[in-house]
Amino acid sequence: MLDQVHLLLDGDRRALARLLTAVENEREGVETTLAALYPHTGRAWVIGITGAPGTGKSSLVTALAKAYRTRGESVGILAVDPTSPFTGGAILGDRIRMRDLAGDKNIFIRSMATRGSLGGLSRATRDAIRVLDAAGFQRILVETVGAGQSEIDIVRAAHTTLVIEAPGLGDDVQAIKAGILEIADVLVINKADRPGVEHTARALKSMLELGHPASRVQSVNHHGQMIPTATPAINKIPDFWLPPIIRTVAIENQGVDEVVNAIETHRTHLSQAGKIEELEDQHIQIELVERLREHLLRDFFHDLPPETFAQAVAQIRARTKAPQTAVQELLALRGVNVAK
Amino acid sequence: MNTAIRVLIAKPGLDGHDRGAKVIARALRDAGMEVIYTGLRQTPEMIAEAALQEDVSIVGLSILSGAHMALVPRIRQVMDENNLNDVPLLIGGIIPDEDIPALKEMGVAAVFGPGTSTEEIVSSIHGLLATQE
Ligand SMILES: Nc1nc2c(ncn2[C@@H]2O[C@H](COP(=O)(O)OP(=O)(O)OP(=O)(O)O)[C@@H](O)[C@H]2O)c(=O)[nH]1
Ligand SMILES: [Mg+2]
Repeated sequence: MLDQVHLLLDGDRRALARLLTAVENEREGVETTLAALYPHTGRAWVIGITGAPGTGKSSLVTALAKAYRTRGESVGILAVDPTSPFTGGAILGDRIRMRDLAGDKNIFIRSMATRGSLGGLSRATRDAIRVLDAAGFQRILVETVGAGQSEIDIVRAAHTTLVIEAPGLGDDVQAIKAGILEIADVLVINKADRPGVEHTARALKSMLELGHPASRVQSVNHHGQMIPTATPAINKIPDFWLPPIIRTVAIENQGVDEVVNAIETHRTHLSQAGKIEELEDQHIQIELVERLREHLLRDFFHDLPPETFAQAVAQIRARTKAPQTAVQELLALRGVNVAK
Repeated sequence: MNTAIRVLIAKPGLDGHDRGAKVIARALRDAGMEVIYTGLRQTPEMIAEAALQEDVSIVGLSILSGAHMALVPRIRQVMDENNLNDVPLLIGGIIPDEDIPALKEMGVAAVFGPGTSTEEIVSSIHGLLATQE
């Protein structure tokens, strides 16, 4: 497996693809390989792209990738789609929109299904990002469909998160998902060629104002794009980042440079005064807790006779034992005392 | 381990009908596979690149245009040039019986005509992967 590390660092694309498979499969020994790669990571800027189905995430990823290639930067892309909970299979169709990126050796595209793993999507995605990072890709674009856990997971691995909206998807403040403010560093209204953009823009803007009551968001017209600017008072708050709202027509590369600039501005913002270290510390804390939880659980079940577990389930169902008591007893078997 | 069979379904050539390809993609998903679907008009280079990046175990081609005798050897060649010799090619579509021996000669593992049941395709993939191990 350590040969794999050398091949990967030498730019061998098949070794890269195979290592990504090993990560997805949780193949035995992959942790050792990832640990060996770790010193070679930390150079890429990781950009999460999330939003409802069909808003144009893959189209925007393609446009962004082209923009970065024009600037001479290499691009790794992870397109994550859900695994069917009924069959365990998945159709991964994001490449359909990415055909313009074919044939460029400085782009690597990988489709991933969420699968159902103890470590969760976050672990597989995070490890895949690290593999692309070690392979030398400077920008890593991670597309996840904005539904439930996956968008939260991506925020825990990305430096800058883009939330994509499109007109006509239920534009009132209620319909725009709560929590968007917590995850969005940049808000993109794609399909700005479609009717209803104004409406979506207004809804997002009032959402921002609700989220930041102190802020009075103003818009300025910049190259035909309405870009909100905070009042000077807000801008003087050193830790404050107000997500810009940017309109794009991804399939025509419109507004894409503005998105690239917004990502750069966010990067500069984070680079100031230790904010990037703070963000990375947060990510690492979450990662360590997740990894510990996973190992402790795996270890716990490894040593637990399945009958003992089944018996506890039966007792709880029969109401002869409370779940709280069962957990205390199961842990006591391992010498862990949680009785209070 | 948390494995899944990964399959690339590609439509090379110029015909614009992907209904068949989509039916197969759904059937393979329903059989628990991860199907990377790349859309219409894929060049041999695009197919090989996607197969490599996605690290698929199988490449399935849907060809309705009648151009299979020209397309298949070229795709096989580009895949081999990319060290994908060990990735079998399956072909579905309208393929006259008399072409099948020549296609197999070119390294195609199986050919499925219009009447093939999806179960047959699924079990053929399982069979191919089992012999590879
Ligand atoms: N009119 C218009 N259509 C667009 C634009 N961007 C994307 N589309 C179209 O919207 C559809 C969905 O685009 P995708 O890029 O696949 O969207 P997605 O969010 O990645 O979709 P999923 O991955 O399936 O959730 C496609 O038919 C695109 O051609 C745009 O700016 N304007
Ligand atoms: Mg997509």
